[in-house]
Amino acid sequence: MKTVKILGTVMLVAFLSAFGVKNAAGGYKVGDIATDFSLKNVDNKKVSLKDIKDAKGYIVVFTCNHCPYAQAYEDRIVALDKKYKKLGYPVVAINPNNPDKVKEDSFANMQARAKEKGFTFPYLLDEGQKIFPQYGATKTPHVYILQKTAKGNVVKYIGAIDDNYEDAAAVKTRYAENALDALVKGKEVSVKETKAIGCSIKA
Amino acid sequence: MLFAVGTFIISCNNKAETTTEDTTAEPTETAEVQQPTPPTPLKVYTKDGVSVKAYDFDKLEYFLKQKNDTTYVVNFWATWCVPCVQELPHFEELNAKYKTNKIKVMLVSLDMYKMVETKLLPFIKEKQLKSDVVYLRDPDQNTWLPKVDSTWSGALPATLIYNKDRRKFYEKSFTYAELEKEVSNFK
Repeated sequence: MKTVKILGTVMLVAFLSAFGVKNAAGGYKVGDIATDFSLKNVDNKKVSLKDIKDAKGYIVVFTCNHCPYAQAYEDRIVALDKKYKKLGYPVVAINPNNPDKVKEDSFANMQARAKEKGFTFPYLLDEGQKIFPQYGATKTPHVYILQKTAKGNVVKYIGAIDDNYEDAAAVKTRYAENALDALVKGKEVSVKETKAIGCSIKA
Repeated sequence: MLFAVGTFIISCNNKAETTTEDTTAEPTETAEVQQPTPPTPLKVYTKDGVSVKAYDFDKLEYFLKQKNDTTYVVNFWATWCVPCVQELPHFEELNAKYKTNKIKVMLVSLDMYKMVETKLLPFIKEKQLKSDVVYLRDPDQNTWLPKVDSTWSGALPATLIYNKDRRKFYEKSFTYAELEKEVSNFK
């Protein structure tokens, strides 16, 4: 019975791969090419991934002001940017929420938050909420680590920053850092996807 | 290879609103030996006459795998989650209306540790919640989230409805009518 199930699964995967079925409803999976964008930063200038000089890849973080889980990770996102920007992997933060639905996530409030927390990276508003569905982000925070290649920006990791939102000091596994360390060394990312609780995106 | 397959399936189902269903009645390799008695909480928080029991996921799992003649509606929520708070009255209504009909609602709070006494307990008191509220304190979400349902991306609210024969997971918000209709399918 078990063998039949496994065989069935393998056949299904082979079928889907053979016909190149894209995960249209669910956004990107690891290995997909991620779209670039042109979104307004808190400094009122548009930012695209391609404009970021000397990048070998990007840490795209869907995050926002209002969500306690996102807030719990703000300092750790700043730390990630500080550590990996100089290694070629800067943070690009995107607020996917519709400010009409969540006032705390308005552009003006984003500007205030970026200043208050000393964000060292762009904090962009997904105006019209068009980019997050392409990535398949469902919550904040939700991290996509991309590697720049000749074919485009390849998704190498999707998920959480680490395994303890509550207490940075009690973290055992730094998922995002492990993925980034592998990429920086030209190695394969070992844990490609992780799950974590977050605030649903309010589109 | 198997790992790759698993990863693929999980990512494939990772969409904004999902429901998944497992109607296979046959015992699977994941079936666990049922615990005879309810687990001991990690801690019981009490304030102003309101109490909530805290569990880690290993303990909470007892409440997600009961095999009796009751249908369980398990809602994952938090006081800071606006859509969760909006749909909470529907779960309360369902619990009140069907409590003699072997339907039981359990509200699993994912509030942060620091919020239990400052937000969660006052909220339970203010809203006079009648459904069972428990507090899940288990930061290692990557380990336990897939045990609730392999398709759960982690967004709140999320709901699991199950009885001994059937199990369905919803990563979405409910209206009362939708919730009542879903539960009616579990008869």
